Amino acid sequence: MLQNKGFRFFSITTVCIWLGVFALLPNMALFLVSFLDRTDTSFFIPVLTLDNYLRLFAPAFIRILLKSLALACVSTLTCLILGYPFAYLLARSNRRVRPWLFLLVIIPFWTNSLVRTYAIFTILQNNGVLNTLFNRLGLVEGNFSLMYTNFSVFMGLTYTLLPFMILPLYASIEKLNLRLLEAAKDLGAGPVRSFLHVTLPLTLPGIAAGSILVFLPSLSLFYVPEILGGINYRLLGSFIQYNFSKGANWPVGAAASTVLTLLLLLMAVFYRLAGRNEREGGAAALSAPGGQTAPARVERG
Amino acid sequence: MKKTPYVYLWLIYAFLYAPIVVVIVYSFNKARLSKDWRGFTWQWYESLFSNQPLIDSALNSLFLALCVACLATFLGTLAALCIHRYHFTGKRALQGSIYLLTISPDIVMGISLLILFVSVNIPLGFVSLLLGHVTMAMPFVTVTVLARLDSFDENLIEAARDLGASEAKSFLHVLLPLTMPGIAAGWLLSFTLSMDDVILSVFLCGPGFEVLPLEMYSLVLRSQPSINALSTIMFLMTLLLILLAQFLAHPRKKAKKP
Repeated sequence: MLQNKGFRFFSITTVCIWLGVFALLPNMALFLVSFLDRTDTSFFIPVLTLDNYLRLFAPAFIRILLKSLALACVSTLTCLILGYPFAYLLARSNRRVRPWLFLLVIIPFWTNSLVRTYAIFTILQNNGVLNTLFNRLGLVEGNFSLMYTNFSVFMGLTYTLLPFMILPLYASIEKLNLRLLEAAKDLGAGPVRSFLHVTLPLTLPGIAAGSILVFLPSLSLFYVPEILGGINYRLLGSFIQYNFSKGANWPVGAAASTVLTLLLLLMAVFYRLAGRNEREGGAAALSAPGGQTAPARVERG
Repeated sequence: MKKTPYVYLWLIYAFLYAPIVVVIVYSFNKARLSKDWRGFTWQWYESLFSNQPLIDSALNSLFLALCVACLATFLGTLAALCIHRYHFTGKRALQGSIYLLTISPDIVMGISLLILFVSVNIPLGFVSLLLGHVTMAMPFVTVTVLARLDSFDENLIEAARDLGASEAKSFLHVLLPLTMPGIAAGWLLSFTLSMDDVILSVFLCGPGFEVLPLEMYSLVLRSQPSINALSTIMFLMTLLLILLAQFLAHPRKKAKKP
């Protein structure tokens, strides 16, 4: 099938050229720019320097990086802790209602994240919903603001990214062979033990995929900290964006983005190790909302 | 299963939906700043539809998303077919880079493409956005279509060939129709990715071609009350697309089975 040489040549070349020109080449250029100098009139000039990387060791950047990493870790962990039991219950729910319950996760997953970030803003804002609710309940007197704090940014990231944790988790928990759990039980394992030794290792690819899908955007979604943390609240993504816009220091921004790329590669290796035997299954889980693969599997039973 | 664990499910659903519901409700609130309910109004919707720059940017985004979806679906499906059907040198590298691109942060893609376009003097605007969005969306199409191709029964092609179908015919009449739900889902996904993208747009947008997500971003930053109405419209559009995707993926044949 499809042995046609012409089509084979056409498809492989088209795809490779596209990715080469618009993915590989720009990334190489970005890496190169991180070693270049700049002047006030041009974004970068062909003079090699290590200054951009040295500037990343300045306390100001280290602080931003540590804060970003801490916030990303806390958000990822929170999403995992909230999402795992949810995905588990979803995967074990009544077969008749499951597609509907699944659809209810897909909807926020597909909803514009700017809309969702703004939604959290309306809840947390001074005089916002939470404020009014607490006043009415008599819990708190007067106005209080949760906005423009680490907490509001954390809430925004967790809220926006939770579906990205749930979907891969769901896909891997749903595939779990229940007979293995029965076998563990028959062999005398208690619920904790069978969870730690059977369920957890087998759903590790889902955990890894979900964690990547929450961790990386937590670092790079610059509009979440800007809307919920305020204009001066800077995370790694905001730092890069600032240097490529108002700050107009592309080489420093490029050097900072190398940090992000290194983290990405690290996570990719971690993902490969976590899901060595079902890498492709996990990757398909990443796209489950688009592919609708999970509900299709549900219905075939 | 007992009922109690379900409470947890509904709590998480409440967490996911409550903020969106609040936005929808406040889009009809007369009060300027979302606080107390001051009565029902359509005024925010009216102000949206009388905002010509916003309408223009929405039309721009719609046009862009349509182009992106078609091109990304074409390229993404092509890539999926390459990976599924052929063996060639560099196939593993291609596969790896596609998976890497699906998790690669948009901001890195945005600034790297910005550097490329500035270096070769491609003006920022429709073309730069189109190229950027297609590159962003294409890997997702590939992964989606591949998932569909993996469940494809090779014997069907054999059967078609045995019955005398030419290669092109068996491709058009067997493989393509059976992969279509995956391709359609990929198209919808690319469309949504393009419509919703803020990050690439921030870097690749030019002065002559404003797009909706950026207009929306500035409305959010200025806390304009009409943002509630715009958010509601965007949410309803997403809902419509998902239901469409759902319908495409599972046509109602099953209901008729005994």
